[in-house]
Formats: sequence, C-alpha cells, structure tokens
Amino acid sequence: MSEFLDILKHYDVLGAFWVNIQLTFWGALLALVIGTVLAVMRISPLSSLRWAGATYVNIVRNTPLTVIMTFLVLAVWTQLKISLAHDFALNFFLFAVVGLGVYHAAFVCEAIRSGVNTVPAGQAEAARAIGLPFLAAARIVVLPQAFRGAVAPLGNTLIALLKNSTVAVAASVATESSGAMKTMIEFRPDYLWPIFLTFAVGFVVLVIPIGLATTGLSRRLAVTR
Amino acid sequence: MVGGNIVGGIVVAGIAVWVLVVLAGKGQLSPAMWGPAVDARAWQFYYLPGLENTLRAAAFATVGAVVLGILLGMGRLAHARAVRWVCSVVVEFLRAVPVLLMMLFLNAFFGTAMKDVVADSAFTAVVVALVLYNGSVIAELVRSGVGNLPRGQAEAGLSVGLTPGQTLRSVQLPQALIAMLPAVVSQLVVVLKDSALGQIISYAELLRSAQILASGGGNPLQVLFVAAVLFILLNNLLSWVAHRLARRLSGRTAGRTQVPVTPDVAARRTVRPAAA
Amino acid sequence: MRKKLTGLVALAATAALTLSACSSASVGSSGGSSDGAGKSIKIGVKFDQPGLGYQDGSKHTGFDVDVATYVAEKLGYKPSQITWVESPSAQREQMLQNHQVDMIFATYSITDARKQVVDFAGPYFVAGQDLLVASNNTDITGPESLEGKNLCSVTGSTSAQKIKDQYSKGVNLLERPGYAECVTALVAGQVDAVTTDDIILAGLAATPANKGKVKVVGHPFSTENYGVGLPKGSKATCEKVNAAIKSMIDDGTWQKLVDKNTAGTGYTPNKQENPPAQDACA
Repeated sequence: MSEFLDILKHYDVLGAFWVNIQLTFWGALLALVIGTVLAVMRISPLSSLRWAGATYVNIVRNTPLTVIMTFLVLAVWTQLKISLAHDFALNFFLFAVVGLGVYHAAFVCEAIRSGVNTVPAGQAEAARAIGLPFLAAARIVVLPQAFRGAVAPLGNTLIALLKNSTVAVAASVATESSGAMKTMIEFRPDYLWPIFLTFAVGFVVLVIPIGLATTGLSRRLAVTR
Repeated sequence: MVGGNIVGGIVVAGIAVWVLVVLAGKGQLSPAMWGPAVDARAWQFYYLPGLENTLRAAAFATVGAVVLGILLGMGRLAHARAVRWVCSVVVEFLRAVPVLLMMLFLNAFFGTAMKDVVADSAFTAVVVALVLYNGSVIAELVRSGVGNLPRGQAEAGLSVGLTPGQTLRSVQLPQALIAMLPAVVSQLVVVLKDSALGQIISYAELLRSAQILASGGGNPLQVLFVAAVLFILLNNLLSWVAHRLARRLSGRTAGRTQVPVTPDVAARRTVRPAAA
Repeated sequence: MRKKLTGLVALAATAALTLSACSSASVGSSGGSSDGAGKSIKIGVKFDQPGLGYQDGSKHTGFDVDVATYVAEKLGYKPSQITWVESPSAQREQMLQNHQVDMIFATYSITDARKQVVDFAGPYFVAGQDLLVASNNTDITGPESLEGKNLCSVTGSTSAQKIKDQYSKGVNLLERPGYAECVTALVAGQVDAVTTDDIILAGLAATPANKGKVKVVGHPFSTENYGVGLPKGSKATCEKVNAAIKSMIDDGTWQKLVDKNTAGTGYTPNKQENPPAQDACA
C-alpha cells in the first residue's frame, strides 16, 4: 500500500488524468461537431455530399490514430509549419485535440447514422410534406430523435475517446497519463506493478460511470414507438 | 436538386484543390520529396518489412484474442456464479484499460521480470496487449451471439437431455461462433490499427519503419502518407471480407450475422428500446 | 457440433504454431545473413540515428557502425559475417543479458549503474551534451542562452530536463521519439535548438538532408564515455576489444572515421578528452 502512496506523493498522477479528461472533453466536442456535419452530409439528398461524407468516414476509420497523431506533428507542424499556439505545451495539446476530434468524428457520424435508422422514414417524409426544406427537416424532426436513439453508441465512442486520449503521447503531449506512466516506469522500475495498477484503476473508475450513465440515459430517452 | 449536387461537388473538389495548392506552395509535391518515399529502396527495406511485422503481430494477436475471447465468453455464460463473476470482472477491467497503457506495462514487465523467458519484449508486449483487449471484446461478442440465438435452440438442447453446459458447448456456441465470425473479422481492423501503438514502444511495425525512413530523408509527410494508404487499403480489404462473410454465413446459423456499425468501439451491453 | 468446436480450437492452435515459426522482420536490413561460413557475430547498433547508427536501405552507416566493423574485423569477423540488430536505448542491458546480441555499439555511455549488470570495453569516444542550431543562428551560444527558446530532445531523455533544471528555466520543451525528428523540426525552423551528445548532433548535421543547414554550437557541458557493451563476465573479449580500439586510434583510422561521419559540419571532437584511453577490463 505504501508504494501507492509513494507514487501519488512523488508524481502528479491526478494531474496526468486531468490532462486526459481535458483532451477527452475538447476532443469529444470537436468530434461531435464534425461528426454531426458528416452525418447530415451522409443523409443529405445530394449525392456528392453523401459521397464526400462516406469517403471521410471510410478513410479516417481505417487509419490508426497513432498515424494521425504522428502525421499532425511530423507532417503538419514540422513540415508544413502550421502552428496552433506559440506555447509548445498548448500547441501539442491542441494538435492532440484535433487528432482525437478528426478521428472520432467518423465514429460519431456512424453512431448518429445508426440513430437516424431508428427514426421511421415517415417522420422525414412528413416533415418534407409540410414544406420543410432538407436542413430544417433534419434539424427539427430527424436529428433530435436520432440523437436519442444514438445515445448508446455515442457513449461507446466517448469511452473509446477517453481511452484513446492516451495516444496523445504520439503527438508529443508528455503530461498525459501514458507519457507520465512511461517516465515513471523508467525512473522507478521497482514500482512497475503499483504504477500500472494506479493508472489502470484510474481508467476503470472513469470509464464505468460513463458506461452506466449512457446506458441509463439511452433507456430513459428511447423514443417509444 | 441537380444544381445543389453540382454546388456540393464543386465545394468538395475545391477543398481538394486548395489542399493541393497549399502543399505545392510549400514545395511538398516535388519529386525530390516523393521519390525517396515511394522508390524501390523504401519498399524493400522499410514498408515491406514493417508491414510484415505489423501483420505478424496482428495475426498472433487475432488467434490469441479468439481463444481468450471464447474462454472468457463461456466463463461469463457459465453455470457457476463464481466463474461468471470472475470472468465479468476480468472482461470489464480489460475493456476499460487503454491498450497503450497495457503495452507500456507489458513491455517493461517482459523486459525485466520475464527477461529470461521472453526474447523480444516489444513484440510480445504488442501481441499480449492486443490479445487481452480484443479477447475481452470477443468475449462480449460470444455472449451476445449466444443471447441473440432463438430461445428454442437452448430449449431443444435441454429437452433432449443435455445439461446446460453441454447445451452451451454443443448447440449454442457453435452457432454463435458462426454468427459472430463477420464481427470478429471486422475486429481485425481494430487489431491492425492498434498494432501501430507498437511504435511507441519501438516495435518495428509499419509506422515506426516509416518514421525511420523519414528520419533519413526529411520527408515525413510523404512517407506517413504512404504508410497511411497501406493501412487504409488493408483495413478496407478486411471490412470487405467481413461483409462478404456476413452474407454467406447468414444461412448457416439461427443467429443474426452482422457487422457492427462501429467496430472500433467495444459494444457495451446493447440496449434495445423497449417495444411498446 | 461438438467436433466442430474442438476443430476450431485445434485450427487456432495450429495457426499459432505456424505463425511462431517465422521470426521478426528487420526493418532496413537485407534479411537473413546465412553465409554458410557458420561464424557470425551479432552487434547491436542504433537504426534511427543518421551519422551514428542508421539503416540506409540494405547498408548500415554511421560512426558506431564503422567502429564496430573495425573492431569485429580485429576479432576475426568479415563485414559479411556481422548481423546488425537494433538496440533501442531502453533495451540495451536486456539484450546483452539474454544474449540477443554479442556486443553493443549504440552511443552507450559507461555508467556505474550499468556496470552492475553489463561489462564495458572502451571508451572509444568521449562525447558531451551540446546544442545543434540553425547554421545562421548567432544568439544561442550555450545552455544558458535558451531562455524563451524552443528546444527539442527525445522522450524520456534526461538531457532536456537538465537544461530546464540547471540553465534556462523558461525553455519551451518538445519531446519526440527520435533525434532525427528533432532535427527535421530544426531545419524547418519550428524549434531553435536540439540537445543531446555532440557526436550525435554532428552525425545528424552531416546527413544529405541537413548538410549546411545546421551547426553544432561546440561548447559541450558534460562528458559521456561511449563504451562497447558486453555481457557480464566477458573479460577476455573486453581485452581484445580494447586492443582493437587502441590500434584503431593509433593507426589513424579513428580520426578518419570521425571525419567521414561528420564531414562538412565543421565539428571537431573535444580535444582534451579525445581520443580516449581505454579503461581496464573488469
């Protein structure tokens, strides 16, 4: 037990988790925005937009997140010289958020689409029949119901995002938990098990409530038909 | 509608052209940058050996994950409450811990405590981490696969005098396994993608070998682009196989064969809205 | 149905066995090196450090590789009998302990902690922590002048932390998995300096992609004795390696190899420490 206290005293474990939580929050926000736009594109009547949305999802979903993160730092930042902030720590944090957002947007899009599938076609037809244009019909009638049906897959995506925020280390965010864990193992190899268990249990504690909350929420919000 | 389609097409094409113009403006389309990223030397000494290592790790991990998944899945359906409980805790734990953390831990563990047993700690860490995570996902596929079978299957087994355990092994599981095969193949996409995390512990898979190539040529954009295309092609192939499989196998089981919408995300208990 | 399940498990097991028959592919190497001669030596080097140990297609280049080739020749191995194995920094001790390699030439500093678990021959070079900057840079002259500058080093290395702790508190730190990526960022102007041992920096500066664009500042502020890592209990080998290093220095090859691998960078090794005298073997 004393090893655990030692670890918590000498290393900023909570701070490391806090970085992951922040990455998850901003990454989720970005993913939700991009993902919703993609979902609307994929259900739109314009075949060119449907094609573009499908292509994005297909490409991003099949690319490892580690490749995306590495690409952002090595290609976008180093080679194309695109910076997001003057301060390095903030700059790479933002790149990691972009990586997480861009990647998980593909899954958010698929989650919303599966939610759209729970909305009967008659709903969209009725909306169009009373004269609503496509975007208004999507915004007022289809999407609100689709989001309710998509809570469970969206929750799964959020959990995946939280876990994937550890990949930010590939985008040079050294303060988040996998980076912190790597450093700690290097300096205290004798504490290998306590170090791993501390971080592992931390993630279990973060993940399980999200799972329970989304399960409960999706039950409550399910549209009864 | 045609007008809108054209506008949409122009916008999409415009973005693509803009990206190319920016890249050209920064000298990123020059043959000097692309040559070393696509020539025979790059393929022979970097991409192909890297790809081979990626595929080897993924192949080992898949086999291990299927075995572990079947065992854990059966454990979660077992009659004995203690077995069920232990397997549930293990599965929930493995699904909640990020694969990268497991890899970092296992790499250090195999490199120190197990150094006399394990020759290549990075490779072993990649494989075992992938087995643990994907095994827990497959365990859930097994469980939901059995759960999705018509109830008559279990009842038939019991009524001919089989014990619940025998019914599970001889009647339900074989059908559930066939039903979940497409989902397992699409889980391969996840295995393949996550094997790239090996880069972080210096396993010489595709991404890392691409980085070594780029470190000599100063052209990471071009090299990583090629590596990404390889990953995308490979994963598309796997997804295509999964869909073909789902269609072909649907006649051979009483369960539903389907490819999950988001294979990346370990599906938590699927909640179906209560039918009213 | 029962048979089918056992069959499936058997199939999986067979697949696992078949797979385990093949061994890891080595990135950048020309594949198996079975000469039929029977005699071969496995030498651990870096694969990702141009100038010191780099996999350039089928060839291995760099100062460490050249020194290793010379020493191996003195020990009776032709270049074709050498198998190059990648030895990342974190795995060097482990690779010697389970005999994955016979010796290691990989910017391996001799330290008391490491001497507890492995033997060292050498040193064959004395490096020192230094800075690499753009060739037209004049305002960075040493570790004290990095206040407010952007500095790159490798993940988990102590060299960057040292600058932050002892010299310039307000330095902006970037960590990448390899030095070459740091230098790419330096050439692109995204960082102001890269820090690590001077010979590593000089080697990176000498690669075709970077030549003429960067320079080593030339005020090393630490000393690192590069040794040849050997498994514990290799006194006899250690003495042979030391003799080979001594003859390499005496016959002028050492100087030639330093010049060859840092050509065009204007770098000269720390004259007071180099070429070094070898320690007695433990």
